Amino acid sequence: MAHIQLKNISKSFGNHTALTGLNLEIGDGEFFVLLGETGAGKTTTLRMIAGLEKPTEGQVFIDGVDVADWGAAERDVALVLQQYSLYPRYTVRENLEFPLKPKIRRLPDAEIKDRVARAAKTLRIEHLLDRKTDRLSGGEMQRVSIGRAIVRKPRVFLMDEPLSALDAKLREALRTELKNLQIQLGATFLFVTHDQIEAMSMGDKVGVLNHGRIVQTGTPHEIYNNPRDTYVASFVGSPPMNLIDGRLVNNRAVMAPMNFELPLTIGAKTFGGAKTGAATEGRPLVFGIRPEDVYLESGAPVEARVHDVENHGVEKILTLRVGDTTLRATVPARTDVAIEQSVRFAWNADKVVLFDKGSGVSLRHAS
Amino acid sequence: MATTMITTLDRTSRAAARGLSDMSIRNLFIIPTILFLIVFNIFPLIYSLGYSFTDFRASTNAPANFVGLQNYRDLLNDPYVWSNFAITAKYVIISVAGQLLVGFGVAMLLNRDIPLKGLITTLLLLPMMLSMAVVGLFWKLLYDPSWGVINYALGLGNFEWLADPKMALYAVALTDIWMWSPFVMLLSLAGLSAVPKHLYEAAAIDRAGPFYTFFRITLPLVAPILMIAVIFRTMEAFKTFDLAYILTSQPTAELISIRLYKMAFQEWQTGRSCALAYIVLIMVLAITNIYVKYLNKVKER
Repeated sequence: MAHIQLKNISKSFGNHTALTGLNLEIGDGEFFVLLGETGAGKTTTLRMIAGLEKPTEGQVFIDGVDVADWGAAERDVALVLQQYSLYPRYTVRENLEFPLKPKIRRLPDAEIKDRVARAAKTLRIEHLLDRKTDRLSGGEMQRVSIGRAIVRKPRVFLMDEPLSALDAKLREALRTELKNLQIQLGATFLFVTHDQIEAMSMGDKVGVLNHGRIVQTGTPHEIYNNPRDTYVASFVGSPPMNLIDGRLVNNRAVMAPMNFELPLTIGAKTFGGAKTGAATEGRPLVFGIRPEDVYLESGAPVEARVHDVENHGVEKILTLRVGDTTLRATVPARTDVAIEQSVRFAWNADKVVLFDKGSGVSLRHAS
Repeated sequence: MATTMITTLDRTSRAAARGLSDMSIRNLFIIPTILFLIVFNIFPLIYSLGYSFTDFRASTNAPANFVGLQNYRDLLNDPYVWSNFAITAKYVIISVAGQLLVGFGVAMLLNRDIPLKGLITTLLLLPMMLSMAVVGLFWKLLYDPSWGVINYALGLGNFEWLADPKMALYAVALTDIWMWSPFVMLLSLAGLSAVPKHLYEAAAIDRAGPFYTFFRITLPLVAPILMIAVIFRTMEAFKTFDLAYILTSQPTAELISIRLYKMAFQEWQTGRSCALAYIVLIMVLAITNIYVKYLNKVKER
C-alpha cells in the first residue's frame, strides 16, 4: 500500500511529447483510474511509475520519497499488461512462483506454496495450476498475470488495460472481480483504460487524460455530472453528452443555428456560484445535456424529427433532428417511436452544463 | 478463365500449341535435378557401399575381391583410427562450444539499440562468407611463428602454434571459431530479438535479477534456435577437412576426414576407406538424431 504523487511530469520521445506538466496524486488504498484515448499518454504515465521509463522532467514520489533513481525492482510495484506477458514454457504454478523465487529475496518453500495457493484461490485458477500457459484462454491468462501481481504483495498495483483484450462477458466479470480484489487487499490500484465504462464502474477516482495533460480528476460522479470541459463531456458517457452551440437570452437557451429555445433556470444550484447573469448574457456558449436528461413530452417546447432509433433493450437511444443538427435522447424502451416521426422534447433545465464556446471550459470550473 | 488454385493450361498458349501439358512442364523441371542427384550423390553412395566390402584399390588393375566385413573389423580394431576419432571429438567439442560461447555472447551484446548495429552485424558476418581454404591459408600466415601477426600482437616471441603437437588442434579450432561464430551469432540474434520485450519488463517488475532473467526467460526461449545452430556446427565440424589439412600436418591434429583422405588417395586403400566413410556417416547420423530428438523435446517444453 502506498501513496503516489507525480509532480509536474513531462515526457518526450524524440520530437514527440507524450506528457506535459502532469500532476497526479493517488491516495493510499485508492482505486484510481486513468482514462484517455489511445495515445493520450496513459501507458507512459504508468510505466514511469513502474520505473520502466524515466520522466524528462518532474518527479515521482512513492510514499513521499522521490524514486527517480530507483529501478523497477526497488519500487516494488506490480504491473499487469494487456498482453498478459506470462512466461512461456512454464506452468501456471511456475509463473506464479516466479516473482517469489529470485535468489536474493527467496522465500521459504512453504511460504511460496502458501502464497501461490492463496492467490490461486482468490482468482479461482486452482484447477489450472499445473497447466502450461499456452493452453489457457484469454481470461485465464489475465487471471494468472493478475495472480503473479498479487502473490508478491506489492505496494502499488499498476494495470495497463488488463481487460481490453477480453470479450465483453469476461470483461464484465473480471471488472467486478478486480474491484472486489482491491477492496479485499486494501491496496493502491492505478488502472489505465480507454473504456469510460470501466473507469466509471471501478474507480474511486478518475483522471481524464487528453494529449498528455490531465484534464480533470474527480470521482466518477463528478466527472460524469460536472465535466470540466467539452472534451471530458464528450468522452465520458455513452452515448456522450449533447453539446449544442447557443446563447443565453433572458434565462432562456437560444440555440442559434438550430433556431430553438429552451428554458434554463439560473441559480446557485445550477452554476455552483460561477459568474452568471449579465456576464453570461449573449456570450457564445455550448450547452451540455446528457441524453438521459432530454425527454419527450407532448407539450414540450421544441419539435424535432426522429432521425434514428437504437434499441438497447432496457432503453432506446433516439437521435433527434432539429433543423440540420442532431442530438441524442435516452428514452424508456417502451416508448413507441418510428423513424421520421415528429416528436416534442424538453430537457431537465437544472442538469444543463454551460461551457465557454472559445475555451471549452465549463462555467462552473472557470475561475 | 477459371481462377482455381491450380491454374490449368490455357489452351491457346504456346506451351499448349507445342503439346506440353502441366505434367510434362513439371517433369521438365524435376527430372534433371533428380538425374543429377542420382548420378553424383546416390549412385556413388551405393557404389561405395559395395566397395566397402572389398579390398579394391583404385591405383591397380587388380580385380576387387569380396572380403565381407573384414574392412570394418580392421578399422574398428585399429587404435590409430580410434585416436583419429578421439581427436575429432575433441575438436568438435572445443570448436562448437567456442562458437556457441562467442556467437551467443556477441549476439547478446548486439541485441540492444546501438548505433550502426546493421553495419556492425554485417561486418561481423564476413568471416563466414570466406572460403575455408582461403581462411586456412590466411591463418597460416597469421600463426607464423617468426613473422605472424598473432605472435607479434601478443608478444609471444617464436611460439609455435601449428608445429607444436599440443597446440595444433587448438589453433585449428580457434580458426574455426573465428570463422563460424558469426553463424551462431546470426541465429542467436534472430532468437533473441524474438523474445518479446514485455517479458523482460515483467521480469524487471517481478524483481528478477539479470542472471535469473537470463536463465529463466532468455535461455529457454532461445534454446531451440541455439540447438539448430549446434546441430549444424557439429555436423560441419565433424567433417572438417580443408581447414585442418591446410593449417597443420601434426598427427595430433589429424581429424578423421584427413585420415580418410590419406587412406583413400595416398595409400589407395579404396575399399577400406569406403568402409571408414560409412562409419563416419553412421556416426554423424547418430549424433544428429540425438540432437534432433533433444531439439523436439526443447520445443515441446
